[in-house]
Amino acid sequence: MADAILEVFRGDRQGGKTEQYRVPVAPGMVVLDAIHYIQGHLAPDLAVRWNCKAAKCGSCSAEVNGRPRLMCKTRMDALPLDQPIKVFPMKSFPILKDLVTDVSWNYKINKKIPPFTPRPGTDWKVYQDDVDRVQEFRKCIECFLCQDVCHVLRDHDKFEQFAGPRFFVRVAGLEMHPVDGKSRAKLLRDELGIGFCNITKCCTEVCPEEIHITDNAIIPLKERVVDQFYDPVLMLVRKIRGVNEDSK
Amino acid sequence: MTTKFETHEHDVLIIGAGGAGLCAAIEALAQGASVGVVCKSLLGKAHTVMAEGGIAAAMANVDRADDWRTHFRDTMRGGKFLNNWRMAQLHAQEAPDRIRDLEQWGALFDRTSDGQILQRAFGGHTYKRLCHVGDRTGLEMIRTLQDRGVALGIDVYMECAVTRLLKDGDRVAGAFGYWREQGRFVVFKAKSVVLATGGIGKIYKITSNSWEYTADGMALAYEAGAELKDMEFVQFHPTGMVWPPGVQGILVTEAVRGEGGILRNKNGERFMEKYDPKRMELSTRDVVARAIYTEVREGRGSEHGGAFLDISQKPAEYVKKKLPSMYHQFLELADVDITKGPMEVGPTCHYVMGGVRVDPETAESTVSGLYAAGEVAAGLHGANRLGGNSLSDLLVFGRRAGMAAAQAAKKVRQATIDQTQVDKAEREMLAPFQNGNGESPYAIHRDLQETMQKLVGIFRVEADLQQALQELEKLQERARRMHVDGSRMFNPGWHLSYDLQSMLTISEAVTRSALARRESRGAHSRIDYPSLDATWGKQNNVVSSQKGTMMLRQEPVPAMPEELQKLLADEAEAVAGKGK
Ligand SMILES: Cc1cc2nc3c(=O)[nH]c(=O)nc-3n(C[C@H](O)[C@H](O)[C@H](O)COP(=O)(O)OP(=O)(O)OC[C@H]3O[C@@H](n4cnc5c(N)ncnc54)[C@H](O)[C@@H]3O)c2cc1C
Ligand code: SF4
Ligand code: SF4
Ligand code: FES
Repeated sequence: MADAILEVFRGDRQGGKTEQYRVPVAPGMVVLDAIHYIQGHLAPDLAVRWNCKAAKCGSCSAEVNGRPRLMCKTRMDALPLDQPIKVFPMKSFPILKDLVTDVSWNYKINKKIPPFTPRPGTDWKVYQDDVDRVQEFRKCIECFLCQDVCHVLRDHDKFEQFAGPRFFVRVAGLEMHPVDGKSRAKLLRDELGIGFCNITKCCTEVCPEEIHITDNAIIPLKERVVDQFYDPVLMLVRKIRGVNEDSK
Repeated sequence: MTTKFETHEHDVLIIGAGGAGLCAAIEALAQGASVGVVCKSLLGKAHTVMAEGGIAAAMANVDRADDWRTHFRDTMRGGKFLNNWRMAQLHAQEAPDRIRDLEQWGALFDRTSDGQILQRAFGGHTYKRLCHVGDRTGLEMIRTLQDRGVALGIDVYMECAVTRLLKDGDRVAGAFGYWREQGRFVVFKAKSVVLATGGIGKIYKITSNSWEYTADGMALAYEAGAELKDMEFVQFHPTGMVWPPGVQGILVTEAVRGEGGILRNKNGERFMEKYDPKRMELSTRDVVARAIYTEVREGRGSEHGGAFLDISQKPAEYVKKKLPSMYHQFLELADVDITKGPMEVGPTCHYVMGGVRVDPETAESTVSGLYAAGEVAAGLHGANRLGGNSLSDLLVFGRRAGMAAAQAAKKVRQATIDQTQVDKAEREMLAPFQNGNGESPYAIHRDLQETMQKLVGIFRVEADLQQALQELEKLQERARRMHVDGSRMFNPGWHLSYDLQSMLTISEAVTRSALARRESRGAHSRIDYPSLDATWGKQNNVVSSQKGTMMLRQEPVPAMPEELQKLLADEAEAVAGKGK
């Protein structure tokens, strides 16, 4: 098979530039394989995060030809190989080195969310029907691609006021857990800034786990906030759609 | 100690943030200890996240007849009676309570129609026993433990790698390591240290394991004077992906067979009928792996050197619901729709039964103050691990290690660490930058993987193993002269230069143990000694470092109390092997 050219960002906090590498393409190869080839043969100090190489751990997030993706799930034969394949680190997070970014902000936000709190006296009888929708949220592999793509963070830098789609997914998983007894509506409005989300659905589009972040997590959570407080964007959505979406 | 380096102090230091490390941390905190957790990757990315099929525990939610005795018996039988009986007993008895802990911390397992945790069938388990969430059980487990740990406020040092254990006399007193990001060195002082570093799969070329599985924990323990046990027992999972080349080795969960998947060769024969007519596809992993290997070797393999695994006789919706990641994995990486046609599968290095020798009650190693739990420890699984018994192992012995480490920490004072140990650890780490024109660690690693794959794989023979030892010696020599370029900032080549040393040491331990065991048992198959041997059935191999040289000795398998022997009476004898 032919060779491919990878154009990879090399640099750190001080800045950087792209480097081109020629990589032989094998059948079924993914972008992460190409990066490993570069490490093993051309640039042993090329920094990249990865663990499972099976789309299960959410470590290998990057922007391939401008699109946020898991490198271990992006097939080379799905990319136009007549041009260089551009591999860049996630843009929304501060760069550490090459393809590795500083995602520690996510771990700080996560600490703000009160943990699972079972209702006192529960008998732990839980049925699959009640579990199905929560299991969707629990599929999240914390790749932070949704965080990377969300314009509230990416373009408007609202890192102080806004938790981002990943953490709405986490809160949805707690709020809709059949045994959890705590309300996180005030937190969603005041600290996690759910009001900043204007339902563009870009997060849903990039989620490798195909979680319906906007429809199944964010909108029902906004409903909950509205039930307690007022949210202008959701009011608008309700008006446009002319439906009263319940938290399905 | 003078503090040239950043230094942190804890009662209990836990190395590893997979299931075992997090369980240890949660329990040590509950005991009132101050706890630090160090891990090479980001929190939540440890190997445990990849586990698919489920957690074994005799909850008897689906098959009412199940109980700990049957689980104990299955585990011992699967391990060909080389297991530490007490570990197998504690594991079987405590696993159900540990599942309940997970549920109370928010885990959401798949459910039975009467609202209990659903359990599925798996190889070697008499009853439906594996608690699961589709085929992403490990993710559910690690996220639950991570959330619990975060809520309790554990200190986590992420992307930090330990390269040496530090000692005060005979007792362990802390650890030395580096931050992956900046390459700065760091010292941890601790009254107890728990190793929860996982396995060794990266010594093989074809493996389901991640980059983290470089045998660090076993090498750290070995260098600190601890004993390793059962190192010849490396599990080759029968079903890894074989095509396309880039995905070779990626796991195809046993749950596919648990849900009814059928194995066939290229002639369409259901070949397990020949190898284990009773249990068929749900035979133990050692048997199925050898069966596939044999079919391929005898010319009945698939186009790319594997066997066909077919679940497409089940309704498509059912397959997508119960095996969603497998469905996506094959569709996206191999262009195969598993609801319509078979997968091509073959053996892949998956798990190591051997590891740090520990006390069954406390998980303490033979070095005082040093504990080990999870895949890094030996004993529970004997010669072969049953699917699902690892995740339950992490829950049961992770907790036990955390408890014992915290209790022991109450009784000792923070030790002093002499600077010479720290200086030596620093010098070792910097050496590859200073070596002149040596090779890149990547090249040596590739050759190590080839050597182990070819000479110390599924089927072993004296001449190959001897040759492997010679090759390993040459590789060790090359590694002494290896060279890395660049700075210390997030430099994977430099990171590998350390990992490679661990892998070389442990590869030698695997090879020496395999050479010594002149019989075939569980995961260890010798072409030149194809049957069970009664004498070997009663002893474990133990490896330790004596003044820098690797020593191997045998030790009797601990004798079981009578009431447990009765549980096994019918078959123990048959499996022990009638000597020759
Ligand atoms: C694909 C796959 C599927 C599996 N499915 C199942 C299943 O269904 N059921 C089952 O029971 N088992 C399964 N297993 C096996 C099981 O997942 C593992 O054995 C288990 O998760 C190991 O857990 P652990 O806590 O021992 O280690 P891990 O989860 O691997 O954690 C090791 C930790 O140690 C850290 N570490 C390692 N070295 C260092 C160092 N030098 N310094 C600092 N930190 C270090 C790592 O960063 C990591 O945090 C599966 C394994 C694989 C590969
Ligand atoms: S839907 Fe909301 S959270 Fe998702 S990308 Fe758009 S603004 Fe961000
Ligand atoms: S919600 Fe999806 S995109 Fe966002 S972190 Fe989780 S898996 Fe990634
Ligand atoms: S390496 Fe785990 S998701 Fe890509």
